[in-house]
Parts: sequence; C-alpha cells; structure tokens
Amino acid sequence: MPQLSAKDRHRVSFTLNGKHISIEVEPRMLLTDALRHIVGATGTHVGCEHGVCGACTVAIDGLPARACLTLAVQVEGCDIRTVEGLAPSSDRLSALQAAFRRHHALQCGFCTAGILMSLDAYLSTSPDPSEQDLKEVVGGHLCRCTGYAPIITAALEAAATLRQEAPHV
Amino acid sequence: MKPAAFDFIRAETVDEITSALHEHGGEARVIAGGQSLVAMLNMRLAKPAVLVDVMRVKALATISVEANAIVIPAGVRQTATMARSSLKDEVPLLAAALPWVGHLQTRSRGTICGSVAHADPSAEIPLCLVALEGEVRLRARRKTRRIPAETFFTGMMATDKGDNEWIEAVAFPKRRPGTGSAFAEVARRHGDFAIVACAAVVDAQRMRLAVAGVADRPTARDFPVLEGVALDDALNAFAWELGAGDDVHATARYRRDLVRKIGRKVLEEAASCRS
Repeated sequence: MPQLSAKDRHRVSFTLNGKHISIEVEPRMLLTDALRHIVGATGTHVGCEHGVCGACTVAIDGLPARACLTLAVQVEGCDIRTVEGLAPSSDRLSALQAAFRRHHALQCGFCTAGILMSLDAYLSTSPDPSEQDLKEVVGGHLCRCTGYAPIITAALEAAATLRQEAPHV
Repeated sequence: MKPAAFDFIRAETVDEITSALHEHGGEARVIAGGQSLVAMLNMRLAKPAVLVDVMRVKALATISVEANAIVIPAGVRQTATMARSSLKDEVPLLAAALPWVGHLQTRSRGTICGSVAHADPSAEIPLCLVALEGEVRLRARRKTRRIPAETFFTGMMATDKGDNEWIEAVAFPKRRPGTGSAFAEVARRHGDFAIVACAAVVDAQRMRLAVAGVADRPTARDFPVLEGVALDDALNAFAWELGAGDDVHATARYRRDLVRKIGRKVLEEAASCRS
C-alpha cells in the first residue's frame, strides 16, 4: 500500500487539458496550488479556499469540482480540465466563452474561470438545460459583480449554439 | 489556509484501511471525497498526522441491495448515488434530499459515508439516515459493528465511532409498502447549510419527524397519527424540546417556528403520498 510521507515530494501523474503531465508534490498540497505554482496554470483562481466561492472550480473526470477541496495526490490518474483548455485555439473562444463576452457575463473576471468550468461540464452532459437548471449550477459560485443574470443569459445562448453545432446523427 | 503536513496512505483494500487505522488510531483520519475534511484541513480545524484515502478500494465503490436496505459503501459519491435511477423507488426520501446537499460542484466529489462521518448537525444525509432508522456499519481490526443511526450521532460533529474504526458503509432501509416520506429545508440560499431541515416518514400507525439544524445532532420523534390542533401541540412540544439557540443565521424562535411549520408540511406531504 503506497504511503506518501509528509516531508517528501511525490510524483503525481494526470491528464491536464488533454496532455499527460507528471508533477512532484507534498501530500498536503491542494490541487489549486499544484496547478498554479507547480504547473504554472494560473487560470484557476483561488478565492475562499474552503469550498464556498467556486472560483477554483475545475472539471475532474468530466464533473465540476472544487480544486481547493482536492489534494493534488488525490487526482493521480484523473482527467483534469481547467479554463486554459476551453478555447479551441489561441485566437478563438469556445461557444460558452464567446457568449460570456457578448452578454457581459463578467466584470472583474475573478469568478469567471470557475463558472465557465461548471457550465462547460454541465452543458456537455445536459445540452438543453432550463433556466432553473442553470441557476442551480451557477448557485455553486459567488459573483459579486454581475448579479448573475447575464451569466444565465450567456449560458442559455451557449447551450442553443452548441445544440446547433452538434453533429446530426 | 493551507493544510498542516500529513502522511497520505493510498489504501487499495479494505484490510489496508483497517490496519492503517489500527496502527495510527486517533492520529489518522479517513479521507473519501474530502468535501468537508479538506475545508477543515485548510482552516486547520483538523490536523491529522495521517490521511487514509479510501477512494481507490474497488470493494467500496458500488451500492448493493439487501432484502430490506440499500447499502452504500465508503467510496460512493453523492453524484453517483443521485444517478441511480432506482433510488426514487428504493429510498425516495434520500432521492428527495440529495439535491439539497451542498452544490453540484461538491456532490461530484463528496461521499454519502463522508457526510455521515462528518456529522454536521444541519446536514441532510445524516438527517435522512436518522429519519429512516438506518444503520452505520463500522469496521475495526478485531470487530465490525452495526450502529443504529439514532445512537451513532452523539453531538455536534461527534459520533460513536472509535479512533481505530472507520465507516465501511451505511444502510438505508428500503421504502416499505404503505409508507410515505417527504423532505424540506429552509436555508438563506440554496446550497447553504440548512437553518432547519425536516424529513418525515408516515405509515398507517405512526408519523416520524426528524429535524436537522436545531439540536446538536439530527433528532427524530415518533408520533401517533395526529392532525389538527393535536398535531400542532405535538410539533410545538417537539420544537421546544430540541433546544434551539440563537446564532448569526437565525433566532431560536424562528427555528422553533420552522420546526412547527416545515415539520407539519413534510408530515402532511408524507401522509398524502403513502402508497
């Protein structure tokens, strides 16, 4: 049974936005800090650090989750997606990001990375959400700028866009 | 806001969990989804020397069905439990309460047993376990124990679990024919900790109401089938007995009022959906 000692760094391997990566961390390191300080992927933000604000939300194995309530050593072998993985290329936004821009669904932007990751993960499995469904998803995030209404509008529009883009089978 | 240092044991079998806890006892904590524990680690309200990760143990990853109960082991996440399509028929109370547990973003990682182990007095899953008279299945090296939920919770975030024991599973009794159940809670915002949460189970002879968020643990009371003023009086007496206190979220008086009003609502709803 693997026992990772507190004072050493241990190798953790996982997939980050489609790329296999391997880092060395102490057992106590949070996934937020591993992403930001070890990998250098600072798109994931750190707000409250106890699971309330949602700024650090990433997708773990396809489900939105708090990176600040996850130890880096827990994600060995997992598939992690962060806001850096949303845009299809450096000069093109995803449908969800473009809808956020169109509808001014962010002002200071601090909470945005987390909200995008929750909505992106949710829309991938629920392509035709109701406004209430989206309020439930966004309910796991604090935004002190927008009042949430433009976020919901943007998410509804992104869902409609994505439904049109989906391949017809 | 960073955890203190700890060793991390990635257990791969049930026996490895048991022996790790036997060796480290009160110095160790089990980590499953971590949705309560990691917040406690971050705030250094918990400073265990050893964490024992149970999420890689295959034997703990699947819900099983017994004659009268569904058994949810330590590795089953809340999202996975909600996704079980038969849950509405098997344990409709739990199916009704799970959407109120935390947020989508915490249910994706958090486990059913983890919430029971954390024993927050306002938490929905312990409330349902008490309302349904479920049991907690503990394992230690020398013995296993099955404890009725009502005696498992002993106070604010305190349980009957010994230092070298861990929760292997919890068992939720299946819905019996002729019973109805209902759940409701009041919180400032959806996803916040409940100010008061109520769960009711009603059959032809008995009305059972369990309340979270008022006493220091989820607390249930059995009544004969009552209505009208008799039910009001019984609920009022129960509300006072729970010993509500004032805090930043609500006054004691408001909490008693919620027990009377929400308690009545869930009892009536449970009675009306008996089948």
